[in-house]
Amino acid sequence: MNSAARWTRRIRPLFTVYVPVTPFVLFALFPLYFMLVTSFKKNAELYDVNAVPFLIGRGVTFGHYELLSKDTLFWSWFLNSLMVSVAATVISVVLGILAAYPLARLKFPGANSFGVAIFVTYLVPPSLLFLPLSTVVARLGLSDSLWALVVTYPTFLVPFCTWLLMGYFRTVPKEIEECAMLDGCNRLQTMLRILLPVAVPGVICAALFAFTLSWNEFLYALVFVSPAELKTMTVGVFSELIRGDIYYWGGLMAGACIGSLPIVVAYVFFLDYYVSGLTAGAVK
Amino acid sequence: MQLKTLNGDVAKVVARAEGPARSLADALVRDTPVAYAFIAPAFFLLLFLVAYPFVLSVWLSLSDARIGETGAFVGLENFQRLLSSAIFLQTLQNSIVFTAAALGAKTVFGMALALLLFRIGRFKRLIRGAILLPFIVPTALSTLVWWWMFEPLYSVVNWTLKSLHVVNRDIPWLPDPYLAMFTVVLVNTWRGLPFFAITILAGLVAIPRELYEAAESDGAGPIGRFWHVTVPLLKPVLGVVILFSAIFTLADFNIVYVLTKGGPMNMTHLFATYSFALGLQGGQISQGAAVSLFLFPILLIVVFTQLRMVRRATTYE
Repeated sequence: MNSAARWTRRIRPLFTVYVPVTPFVLFALFPLYFMLVTSFKKNAELYDVNAVPFLIGRGVTFGHYELLSKDTLFWSWFLNSLMVSVAATVISVVLGILAAYPLARLKFPGANSFGVAIFVTYLVPPSLLFLPLSTVVARLGLSDSLWALVVTYPTFLVPFCTWLLMGYFRTVPKEIEECAMLDGCNRLQTMLRILLPVAVPGVICAALFAFTLSWNEFLYALVFVSPAELKTMTVGVFSELIRGDIYYWGGLMAGACIGSLPIVVAYVFFLDYYVSGLTAGAVK
Repeated sequence: MQLKTLNGDVAKVVARAEGPARSLADALVRDTPVAYAFIAPAFFLLLFLVAYPFVLSVWLSLSDARIGETGAFVGLENFQRLLSSAIFLQTLQNSIVFTAAALGAKTVFGMALALLLFRIGRFKRLIRGAILLPFIVPTALSTLVWWWMFEPLYSVVNWTLKSLHVVNRDIPWLPDPYLAMFTVVLVNTWRGLPFFAITILAGLVAIPRELYEAAESDGAGPIGRFWHVTVPLLKPVLGVVILFSAIFTLADFNIVYVLTKGGPMNMTHLFATYSFALGLQGGQISQGAAVSLFLFPILLIVVFTQLRMVRRATTYE
């Protein structure tokens, strides 16, 4: 009797839940683990077909990270990614807040169409527009400059931020704003002083996603910016560490590790924001 | 939970424009100039950098423009040429195979994973966090490690299979056209699975417990409850997830470009990678634009389906 109760309560979930979920967790984590292990392995072991690939058997090396720092423009790429992502995030969150507020709160002719337009642009994949955008970027004189990315990333970030923030703004009761307006605040003041402080979680969520999407962006960065010193992280590691047929696998993995690190750190600290943003908006 | 706001929001946007002002509160809410001022920056950004490039893309596809040249109007010549090109037809076929296989895998495994995550008690945050990780790290960088894992000489996958005596020689994952397709589908599934699992999980959480209890008292077993309670109630969420993913799977660029560049023998080219190869590397921007426009019909289908679901929701409300 007692042992049967124990079986249903403690042991059974082990077999019906934890054992079956293990392959999924391993599948998700193994490539990332392997990335880390490879980046610390000496070349002699890395390119030995008989060595066990899962572990580091012959000592740890920081050689790949050194190669990255000394022989490549790695830290420039890192800085480029950082600058572009921060700038694009700030622009997109500000424009997103401004656009989401009237959509969530005000009545105006065209609200319907604008809401639908935001929804449609939200679904436009970057690979549909990169060719004509490259022409536009060239005509604006922004080719081969980081401004090309600062200007184009908001095209997919603004719809996302607007959509996400619209949902958050709706959850805030209208009445507190109406009180502020009766006290003589105008719309902008009401939004800044009353609504935004309440909607901070939504703004953080939008900013986190905007930063992540900018940092991870690959196609626009590959197409619009070609000088090696102006590349972003994702493009730099991919295109500058592969020279002809020679692959620096250790260096590539080291670059992939550091390139993923800022996002992983943000993710660890703000896991709940990521989960809620994901379910709220169906990110790309 | 949150996912519902997606359709709900469109519903409210659609519904709101119609009702007349009825009370003081409504009148207070009516500030057209302020609304336009707030919306203007986003509106002009999207007008110049999304709507205009789209029109330009249509124009390019109807012209004979090359990079750096304006080109002249040639009608549907580019599309005719594409539809009689073996590489393009291969790309079309690849796109259908890739999208169908990846969506199928993500739906089935995403559902299974969501059902497991739903029942997890201990280590919930840790396991969810681990599961979601592939979706967060930069795809272009994580695909590099998949490339390394399938590298012909040092593949860890082949090493493991050989050590377990499953096979006795190396499997040519990337040089073989069919295996290469399998590999890009696998990596796309790896990256997209967390999105499916976490969103379906949100849908599962929203199903009222009473329905399961009612089904159980009516004599439904676990499988019956799954088919008669879980699946019907998850349909809207599943619909949204699959439609969203359909666009971004079909439009995938990063995974294919990093792993195979469309090869071997164009057997993994998708619209995005082929339009990149034609339009930028080949300099034929008009043909490239025509290829990328093949992504537009699926976009239209998704938008119309979504809006119809929304309209139906508003009528019944």
